[in-house]
Amino acid sequence: MITKRIIACLDVHGGRVVKGVQFVDLVDAGDPATQAARHAREGADEIVLLDITATHEGRATLLDTVRRTARELFVPFCVGGGIRTADDAAQVFEAGADKVSVNSAALKDPTLIDAIGRSFGAQAVVVAIDARRDPKASDPVRDAEVFVQGGRKPTGRRVVEWAREAEQRGAGEILLTSMDSDGTRAGFDCELTAAVSESVGIPVIASGGAGTVEHFADVFGRGKADAALAASIFHFGVSSARSLKEELAKAGVSVRLPC
Amino acid sequence: MRVTVIDYKAGNLTSVLKALRHLGAEPEVTDGNLSLVEAAERIVLPGVGHFAATERLDATGLTPAIRAAIARGVPFLGICVGMQWLYAGSSEAPQQPGLGHFKESCTHFAESTEKVPHVGWNSLEVRKGSRLLAGVEPGEYVYFTHSYKGPVTNDMAAVTYYIEPFAAAVERGNLMGVQFHPEKSGATGLKILRNFLSWNAEGTE
Repeated sequence: MITKRIIACLDVHGGRVVKGVQFVDLVDAGDPATQAARHAREGADEIVLLDITATHEGRATLLDTVRRTARELFVPFCVGGGIRTADDAAQVFEAGADKVSVNSAALKDPTLIDAIGRSFGAQAVVVAIDARRDPKASDPVRDAEVFVQGGRKPTGRRVVEWAREAEQRGAGEILLTSMDSDGTRAGFDCELTAAVSESVGIPVIASGGAGTVEHFADVFGRGKADAALAASIFHFGVSSARSLKEELAKAGVSVRLPC
Repeated sequence: MRVTVIDYKAGNLTSVLKALRHLGAEPEVTDGNLSLVEAAERIVLPGVGHFAATERLDATGLTPAIRAAIARGVPFLGICVGMQWLYAGSSEAPQQPGLGHFKESCTHFAESTEKVPHVGWNSLEVRKGSRLLAGVEPGEYVYFTHSYKGPVTNDMAAVTYYIEPFAAAVERGNLMGVQFHPEKSGATGLKILRNFLSWNAEGTE
């Protein structure tokens, strides 16, 4: 039976793991390679590394971080942030990533999704979408607005419509972050996640708001998520993927255990 | 040990190479150097991407070289599309023949409400006597990511259930294939790769 995935997310800035609330107030949370290895050892099903303040100058640092992180990592490893061209993606794959996630650059030029998929396969392309509910829209959830540049810039695109286009262009998965929930530890946006998950045929990874075991059970149930991303819940020794999955199993969620 | 890894430009080899090196093997990559196939002690055909990419194996002369190596008894492991290539073909690229070692063809998952591709960790039901999957206990999970799959046949080393039962692994003598990614399947995956590296014709460890 296919299991629900718990994905450990490392937000990286200048080669260090950081965590903030709603994309601001960043604090240091360790070395990416060490953190990734620990999460894998403690039962995470996958590792995502997001370079949240990717700049042209920072590319060499990121590639070095990816190389160091990938070296002894034998679970799926996705890297995102600042990937603007198929060549950028190729370098990240060469450094050891199994998947890349694209966000701003794909909205600017959606053919980037097609281009990476053609060279590396759809399974290697994750389209990351940062969305905020739009109270002015007729359907604030399905028409949640898509933001780019780490949540700083509105695009006018609507979440369900953009997720469908990404799928048609050959995305293998959608990584959906609720900007309303991100960093709050108050729970995932299950309505938003379900709206997207039910509108596409590819897996949807829910992100933003994880704080308790119930939040995960909820997003896998009501939210119809195929996987869930967690950053803050794993940091500072709050919990581990294994203990989270043991609790989820008790709640009837199918997870990879033992792990 | 000389492990020849075939590059047919269908995605990324880094993870496979990393896992093989981690296990003490010395992988060498070729996209057309037939002497590396002729001298190989093991052959690994990875592959993520489109079945049509295997056309390159024909264009570079690798197909007959690999066929000859398999006939000589060199242990062969196909991963993902590399496993699907062992069949007659795939409905993903009907004009492109596979190696044809298994007479059946690969097909897309049937229409259903489930998500396709099948992405994530799923369990294996291992057939008794599989040497590739020796030591893999019930309830161990491996990582899949694919939309096409091999049929249920007697050559299966393991079956997995998603929408329908399909071939998670095949095994016939020195010829082995896995639909999942052992290089991304944690300790279970490394165990399977170790079994492949220690495989010998006598069946002794």
